Amino acid sequence: MNKETKLYKGFVYLVLGLAALSILLPVVWVFLASFKENAEFYGNPWAFPHGFYWQNFAEAWAEANMGSYLINSVIVTALAMTFLLLISLPCAYILARMDFPGKRFLQTLMKAGLFINLSYIVIPIFMILLNLNRSLKVTFFLNNRLILALIYAATAVPFTVYLLANYFSAISKSYEEAAYIDGAGYFTTMLRIMIPMAKPAVITVILFNFLAFWNEYILSLTLLTDKKLKTLPVGLINLQQASRSAANYGRLYAGLVLVMLPTLLLYILVQKQLTEGMMVGGDKG
Amino acid sequence: MKNSPAKKRFIVFGLLPAFVLYTIFMIYPTLTVFKESLYKTGGLSGKKTFVGLANFQKLFADPKFIKAFQNTVFLIVVVTIITMFLAVIFAAMLTRGNFRGKNFFRIILYIPNILSIAVVASIFSSIYGMDTGLLNGLGRLLKPETWENIAFTGQSGLVTYSIAFAMIWQAVGYYMVMYMSTMAQIPEHLYEAAKLDGAGRLRQFFSITLPLSWQTVRTTLTFYVISNINISFQLVKALTDGGPNGASMTLLNYQYVEAYNNSNFGYGLAIGVVVFLFSFGLSAIIYRATKRDIIQY
Repeated sequence: MNKETKLYKGFVYLVLGLAALSILLPVVWVFLASFKENAEFYGNPWAFPHGFYWQNFAEAWAEANMGSYLINSVIVTALAMTFLLLISLPCAYILARMDFPGKRFLQTLMKAGLFINLSYIVIPIFMILLNLNRSLKVTFFLNNRLILALIYAATAVPFTVYLLANYFSAISKSYEEAAYIDGAGYFTTMLRIMIPMAKPAVITVILFNFLAFWNEYILSLTLLTDKKLKTLPVGLINLQQASRSAANYGRLYAGLVLVMLPTLLLYILVQKQLTEGMMVGGDKG
Repeated sequence: MKNSPAKKRFIVFGLLPAFVLYTIFMIYPTLTVFKESLYKTGGLSGKKTFVGLANFQKLFADPKFIKAFQNTVFLIVVVTIITMFLAVIFAAMLTRGNFRGKNFFRIILYIPNILSIAVVASIFSSIYGMDTGLLNGLGRLLKPETWENIAFTGQSGLVTYSIAFAMIWQAVGYYMVMYMSTMAQIPEHLYEAAKLDGAGRLRQFFSITLPLSWQTVRTTLTFYVISNINISFQLVKALTDGGPNGASMTLLNYQYVEAYNNSNFGYGLAIGVVVFLFSFGLSAIIYRATKRDIIQY
């Protein structure tokens, strides 16, 4: 290895090392801070915790309600994922593999949804639900985890259908033909033959949407205002505001760990599928 | 079996649920933005009066709106340029040359992307804090006598930079991974030929890596616009809520304040119309302006 190459490699390690440090340092710091007693926060923020003050977690879980927020997040995410898969799989399969009049129009309509960001339509969604409540004289449409899950599923449909349809359309026609000859119906063929073959794409879809649903914050903040129904990210922001005004930091970082931990653990398990899955739908425009 | 009733039924019932939900919760709200922006909604009573384009006239005379628009443009431009620059450089560094720890860097740099914006906001509020903040703490360690706390999110001249930095931190890894998979497909023999011709690393980057991954970089440019508008809204909402005194307000934050907090739906959704038109217009302009002949390999 010549001198120039060595220098270059050193430079690359330095640059990337700094970038990695900028990410690892705050994340690790949050974990350490979650073990600090409140008095320790008045000293040097870079100091290590004196011990493991587990009480923070107990307080975050019970007094700051993070435990019940966690359950709400699990409910909303699980419902949304179920809805999403139930509606997107047949839709993607049909758009990719069957011929019928109006197909091009529906494909284009679905693709247009890729450009509508949830943040752009949070307010009109809230407005529509509020108006429904008013005109039907009910309270059903706001503060309802089921409705939130339904909207999560609906807003994830364009991306999910796009990704799944790309995958379905690359599978050979002969599998379906063989199934039809054997007397299988359309639904059975889709369920038993085609969806299992699209497993890699389905896993990618589940991973990305799990993160999207679990982490979503603005819509949940807007639609679930009842304290008992809030999801974890919203609970975290409330906890942050409360902890800062009451100078009660320990439970804040314990709460932060509770929110981060599930996604970090999942990421460690599936980081390869995630970073490679980004390209699954990308090849065919 | 062609177009049998069974097939028709399967198609209709297979497509219907997805399209119905998509229409109710995405298309209809989008149309609502445009329609409601022409009305004035009166507070809690919810009474609506048609006012035509009056909301827009009011908007462009509203200093808070102008400020929010400036912040939005600032964040899109600054965050896009710096994120793209860093992501392309990092991706090129990691793809070219056989490094130990290549996977390590990829895994670590992608982490911010899996965190909720609420978590990112909490982390940065610990970094930017005053007495308990990490940056001010570092300052005190380095200059114990003379350090004065900097209000990273409490000072109107500084807060947008602090937001921009957090957004770049959040986004670089995501785009880097995307560029890496494009760059990994560039055939090795091109680089070998370039080396034989005496081309150095920089020359290789500008003559091979960048032109051959341009299509991907260009496609991501339109993502940046939409995602920066979205991320800045969420991050500002959670980190500063537009403060101090509106200094970090973006368009969507201002819309949220007007429509959700003040129940001024018509006025708020007029801001929504501006966001839609602005982001699609800007994406289209960028897409046109960056068009190059596609280079095949």
